[in-house]
Amino acid sequence: MKQLRPVTITGGKLVTASGVAEGNLRFAEGEIVSLGEQPQDGDAIVDARGALVVPGLVDLGVFDVDKPAFHFGGITRAGLMPDRSPPLDLPSRVRFVAQSGKPDFWVHPFAAATVGLEGQQLAELALMREAGAKAVATGRDWIADSGVMLRLLQYAAMLDLTVVSHAEDGGLAGRAAASAGEMATRLGLPSAPAEAEALAIARDLALAELAGARLHFRQVTTRAGLDLVRAAKARGLKITAGVTPAHFMLSDLALGGYRTFARLSPPLRREEDRLAVVDAIGDGTIDVVSSGHDPRGPEDKNLPFIDAAPGMAGAETLLPMVLTLVRDGVIDMPRAFDLLASAPARLLGVKAGLLESGYEADIALVDPVRPWVVSSAKMTAAAGNTPFDKQPVEGRVTALWKGGVAVEL
Amino acid sequence: MGARAFAHRDLIAIGALERHEILYLLDEAEQWVALNRQAKKHVDLLSGLTIINAFFENSTRTLLSFEIAGKRLGADVVNMHAATSSVKKGETLIDTAVTLNAMRADAIVIRHASSGAVGLIASKVDCPVLNAGDGSHEHPTQALLDALALRYKLRERGMAADDFTGLVVTICGDILHSRVARSNILSLTALGASVRVCAPPALMPAGIEALGAQPFTDFDAALAGADVVMMLRLQNERMDGQFIPSPREYRHLYGLTAERLALAGEDAIVMHPGPMNRGVEIDSNVADLAGRSIITAQVEMGVALRMACLDVLTRRTRGVPGWADGEWV
Repeated sequence: MKQLRPVTITGGKLVTASGVAEGNLRFAEGEIVSLGEQPQDGDAIVDARGALVVPGLVDLGVFDVDKPAFHFGGITRAGLMPDRSPPLDLPSRVRFVAQSGKPDFWVHPFAAATVGLEGQQLAELALMREAGAKAVATGRDWIADSGVMLRLLQYAAMLDLTVVSHAEDGGLAGRAAASAGEMATRLGLPSAPAEAEALAIARDLALAELAGARLHFRQVTTRAGLDLVRAAKARGLKITAGVTPAHFMLSDLALGGYRTFARLSPPLRREEDRLAVVDAIGDGTIDVVSSGHDPRGPEDKNLPFIDAAPGMAGAETLLPMVLTLVRDGVIDMPRAFDLLASAPARLLGVKAGLLESGYEADIALVDPVRPWVVSSAKMTAAAGNTPFDKQPVEGRVTALWKGGVAVEL
Repeated sequence: MGARAFAHRDLIAIGALERHEILYLLDEAEQWVALNRQAKKHVDLLSGLTIINAFFENSTRTLLSFEIAGKRLGADVVNMHAATSSVKKGETLIDTAVTLNAMRADAIVIRHASSGAVGLIASKVDCPVLNAGDGSHEHPTQALLDALALRYKLRERGMAADDFTGLVVTICGDILHSRVARSNILSLTALGASVRVCAPPALMPAGIEALGAQPFTDFDAALAGADVVMMLRLQNERMDGQFIPSPREYRHLYGLTAERLALAGEDAIVMHPGPMNRGVEIDSNVADLAGRSIITAQVEMGVALRMACLDVLTRRTRGVPGWADGEWV
């Protein structure tokens, strides 16, 4: 579907890299044309009535193409993890899923780094890039073999693809369902030291430096891990880091009562780690906040904690959770949308995620103070496995355009 | 006294109980200790009630103990073994729970290999649920029967206290995987004892201090001055990888030998929840030490304590005056 008629949004507050300012936004033929100019004859006029005008969110590292949930959350593009059944380790599969969201949602597949995501044999990365892969990912697991990881990073660097890594040392993490500490001990859950993350990051950083590769840690959730990333960035390495709202909103106390919606990978951490994540978002160590959207029905979640699958449905709550950081003064509004849209778009190498002329007209109107209550039972997502059930939040997307075409919400 | 003495529908965890509730169950068990020592060990208290023992994990003594307890109280007791159930055919735990519930049991006793599984089933059924061990979480009736056996022994020695104030208890073994250790730490500390836990680092859970126990890796140090030594077996079936080099080496560092026992307080009491691995964590001459080992008394008290739990938890169903209404948690 193509945008048939130019649109000018009036009466909104435009969120750009330089700040939040009242002004008009005009887009035509699927691209942003101008900021701050008056509507032209023949334009469709949309009165934003004071709402924020923001770039559509770019959600880096989701596990399902769940359009209703993405649209609810103002997400117009997502980087799709290769952990599908079967995995995205062949060009044909990549080509297929790359088209699967169009026209009103764009999926950017991550190529599986290794065949079957088994961490042993490199997959056909160049062919998958041709087929539309925008990055390479190790999947839900870390690549244990350092030799394989080095060759992957070297190869991806040659292809100019970012490697997205899961930072948890597999030997240490084992079958753990929780971070070692009082909560896991009280609940009698198999647990692993949170240091499993720093170990994995330290190795991957050393290999990435050796290979000159671009490396993105999809989730960095501990103080020790964040310190390593901070130091690596200071040294000038091409390192980026992400996190999901669960790890800056919740600690492992949320596991109480064996709530399987709080079973995540990596597991929720201690309170001091949660605070370290908040600090790291504030000081720029963390570049990207994504939803990790992974809807899981009762077959996967209505089970004893250890037997339940990790993952949360996060697309609908991504924006309001990040807005809590704005309200708390951790970040300002432009930085919120850098975390949610611009930075992930840069990482994917797509011309989106910014309100700037020539960029894709992926645009959302946001009422940043509209209150609502997260309800597991009433979610738009394919499943209601949110760790934020019954939590009152603020911030809601009121209108959405993908490539200049309005999306029904 | 009424339901306020024990205001819980289920018995899932010692962690959910108040000190007075633990003491209430111990006091209630005493009448059954007396009954069990008679020739005719049967009452009709639970006549007409159905109790299902649903064991999703192998057990001999706990299952038998619950079965005998139910039968001595006059209930119809049915045992369900996971090995012969539809669980093996892929039925989910929730479906199994709903099925058991539809059969209108008046109490369900559950053992399951996953921590939290018994609480999950309890949330799906309408009758009282008793936890007979869930993964590495809790085994509340074991901790209660241990307290009962210990209290009997202390009284036999002329100590009059209801609780364990001032007592030093050393629990040694696979603390990491042990639900018995967790329940006992919570129960013993609630009753006033100081609890030491002793294990090699790999078998010591992180943050155990927060539960009120003092951790040791040196068994000799952990034994110094202890009034009670509770030994636990290595739970090889729960170990993911290698945790100790060998049983022989384990015995060298953590086996309770007669020489080691001499390091503990004078006349220190020896306990073990069973099953024992003689010659590994405990030597035979210690396990069978007359006047000091209460390992068989623990088994005896188990039946009485479980009778008390089944009695108390079914009072509401049976319409016992004072137990019909009130707040249930």
